[in-house]
Amino acid sequence: MNNSPYLRQAASVQSVMLRVLLALLPGIAAYVWFFGAAIVLQIVLASLTALAAEALVLHLRGKPLAIFLTDGSALVTAWLIALSFPPLAPWWLVVLATLIAIIVAKHLYGGLGQNPFNPAMVAFALMIVAYPQFMSRWPGTDAIDFATQWQIIFGLHANQTLDALTMATPLDALRTALHSTNATTVTVASALAHNPAIGLMAGRGWEWVAAGHLVGGLWLVQQRIITWHLPTAFLATLFLLAGLASTINPSEFAGPLFHLFGGGAMLAAFFIVTDPVSAATTPYGKLIFAAGVALLTWIIRSFGAYPDGIAFAVLLMNIAVPLIDMATQPRVFGHKKNGSNHHG
Amino acid sequence: MQLFDFNGGVTPDYHKEASTQSPIAVSPAPTFLVIPLHQSIGGTPRPLVSAGDRVLKGQRIGAADGDMSSAIHASTSGHVVAVEMRRMPHPSGLSALCVVIKADGRDEWIARQSFDYRSHTAAETRDYLRDAGVVGLGGAVFPTHLKMSPGKGDKLDTLIINGAECEPFITCDDLLMRERAEAIIQGVVILRDLLAAGRVLVGIEDNKPQAVAAMTAAVQAGGHQDMAVVAVPTRYPAGGAKQLIRVLTGIEVPHGKRSTDYGVQCFNVGTAHAIHEAINLGQPLISRIVTVAGNVAAPRNYEVLLGTSMEALLTQSQPLPDTDRLIMGGPMMGVSLPSKDVPVVKATNCILAGSKKLFPPPPPEMPCIRCGECATACPADLQPFELYWFSRAKIFGKAQEYHLFDCIECGCCSYVCPSHIPLVDYYRFAKSEIWANESEKAAADQAREQYEFRQLREAREAQEKAARLAARTAAGRAAATNALAVASDATSDATPAAAPVAKSATTPATEPAQTPSPQAALIAAALERARAQQVQPANTTNLTPEQQAEIAAIEARRAQIRAQAHPHLPPDD
Ligand code: SF4
Ligand code: SF4
Repeated sequence: MNNSPYLRQAASVQSVMLRVLLALLPGIAAYVWFFGAAIVLQIVLASLTALAAEALVLHLRGKPLAIFLTDGSALVTAWLIALSFPPLAPWWLVVLATLIAIIVAKHLYGGLGQNPFNPAMVAFALMIVAYPQFMSRWPGTDAIDFATQWQIIFGLHANQTLDALTMATPLDALRTALHSTNATTVTVASALAHNPAIGLMAGRGWEWVAAGHLVGGLWLVQQRIITWHLPTAFLATLFLLAGLASTINPSEFAGPLFHLFGGGAMLAAFFIVTDPVSAATTPYGKLIFAAGVALLTWIIRSFGAYPDGIAFAVLLMNIAVPLIDMATQPRVFGHKKNGSNHHG
Repeated sequence: MQLFDFNGGVTPDYHKEASTQSPIAVSPAPTFLVIPLHQSIGGTPRPLVSAGDRVLKGQRIGAADGDMSSAIHASTSGHVVAVEMRRMPHPSGLSALCVVIKADGRDEWIARQSFDYRSHTAAETRDYLRDAGVVGLGGAVFPTHLKMSPGKGDKLDTLIINGAECEPFITCDDLLMRERAEAIIQGVVILRDLLAAGRVLVGIEDNKPQAVAAMTAAVQAGGHQDMAVVAVPTRYPAGGAKQLIRVLTGIEVPHGKRSTDYGVQCFNVGTAHAIHEAINLGQPLISRIVTVAGNVAAPRNYEVLLGTSMEALLTQSQPLPDTDRLIMGGPMMGVSLPSKDVPVVKATNCILAGSKKLFPPPPPEMPCIRCGECATACPADLQPFELYWFSRAKIFGKAQEYHLFDCIECGCCSYVCPSHIPLVDYYRFAKSEIWANESEKAAADQAREQYEFRQLREAREAQEKAARLAARTAAGRAAATNALAVASDATSDATPAAAPVAKSATTPATEPAQTPSPQAALIAAALERARAQQVQPANTTNLTPEQQAEIAAIEARRAQIRAQAHPHLPPDD
């Protein structure tokens, strides 16, 4: 017989994870609309791999399969990997990344709830270091048909024409232009003006994917799956930094909207920095954590060697989480901030 | 009036309508009453009657054991059949000393006399309330007379009357306020006068509009300018004393502090009613209102004589056939009872019949995903998942650092946790382990002190012996050689010369006091403790049954908490 409380809210890890998956759908829909169904193929690949890997490890660890396999956490990891990887990457890249995320980053650290690093970001960081050539296979908006996408993903396509079919992301395009040999004459404005990948605010199509993630993310806040702290601090910091830098030196630094709607900023704000297991948990801690991720992301984007630094930024901040949480313990009822009581 | 907010809290389904449809019913006096002597926080009252005695309704049958205790009375007239151990309404199913009365059906009162508190000193009034058995009826059963001292400057800023009643299902305060608002207010007047309170705030959750209206009317009818009835937002646990004080005054009383130090004191409406009956009517606390709800056909409130069997009471509300458990209190903080065959006591605000359908067993426990839902829900502003990690890993020092003892065990965290972790169980476990460690440590400290004292004595004795020996050898040597030796030489020689001698003298005897190591001290302390424990059974033969019961209750509670918490603990412990 259990003890009080005897009443429980009808919440479960499963329902939390399911709603996170649901919230990803608007972004995925925009993705398919602009870039074709390749992303769906990658999501399926990642999901199947994640479930198989999860089942295998759970079996080896002697954990109950039924409960943990259906908790949805592996699927969330899989979808996030698929959504942050280039959809035209070879099939084995996503499979390998998912295996690493589930087996190494999640279960070697103790499984659900125990991993100090965000599994999807561990996988992304490893893959971009190991296989940078495949991590740049982004589709252009002039959609290639699904059959061709299928051929590219499964390596059935002649390699020489591949470059013509893929296209750099807005962040990539900007970086390449600014860092090219005649960089002195290229400014942000000129680089973006002549680029077919650029749309209204950021990348053509990409801005709509980002908008989809924004919608899904706001729904998660409304559903109280995530709190406002992490996304707000992340987006605000990125906005301010980019705004400040682009005001001071508009020819060298991209503007805030470009940062928010190009690349994975929206996905990161609502779905990646919000991973409860590896993020800070106290209210102030969340603000510091997310602001830190944004700061590092902007630095890596602006000065680093990789086009999008979110994965590295998240992993670096993951290391600091225990410290942040310890330093930001909220005031306990009746206590002053320093832990002592009112009136001495 | 400005209201304040407390963080956290939850809004479960309240299920209060069912039991508020009919007025309070008077539960018929049973033939046999089983009245436990220990019904409040504090010492167990001494029995004043023995088998065969005739008692009147309201007669004192248990005298308060010192000031930290509260008296017990016969709930009806009749004969004492026995003073014996009976099962208590407690999850452990333990027995305690009870006075069993066979009612004579005449329900004959003692001579009732009101008590004019205005012509008595404060101390006399407090003693009167103690001897009238008045305790907090919100469920905590803290002796009321111990809360009757105003704070600094001999007056209180704000007296708070708690009619919030935030636990689902429970409606006894609601009905009491609806039906007996004037009597409650008369009790409030007494409290106000005794505590010299500047103002009185009656806090009632806004889901009880009828109670608010009745209480407001009673305040107005009495012309009390200094009293206000305040509807507070409905959110569990708004009826927690600390939370209600916060909502009404903005003051946060920290854990372990007296609220009077902050100029506030809080009493339950039922307690105010009991004070009115004791002081104005001369009737000690012999009955209370009990909600019977949950898995019953006719949920209702009853005025019940203390000592009535719960089974008899439950039957009146017709429990449904699939009832699988009985809970005393509400679904958030109540305790499961091991049997229906226990008496209604002063702490019984509600008897909740449960079923698998009403309170389904919790789904399997998952790992904590650090989602922070529990922290958002915690009214004490704790980080429940951190407390959980530390309690589970038995890092009790850390748990205390994270304010484990500020946890009021309200259950909000367990209620919201998507991983279905029975968080409160872990806190109960950790708290009981810390208490146990502390009392063990106290025992070990005492043993160590004794040991160190003995060591000191033995060392001193050895030293003295050595000194005597040294003096003797020194004397002999002095005699053998010529007397030219300087006095200082002799004394400086004495120690090194004496030490080996002393050692050889004591070695055959294997004195333990020699070169004691810290380990040896610890072992000795442990042995001492074991010895003390061995001695204990012999001692307990001299204990009164109630003392034995108390010891057994404490032990059983610890054992039970351990047993309940252990299945969840990692297997390696
Ligand atoms: S609500 Fe449960 S799962 Fe979430 S942080 Fe608290 S203990 Fe962990
Ligand atoms: S039981 Fe304790 S930790 Fe949990 S919500 Fe209540 S006060 Fe907070």
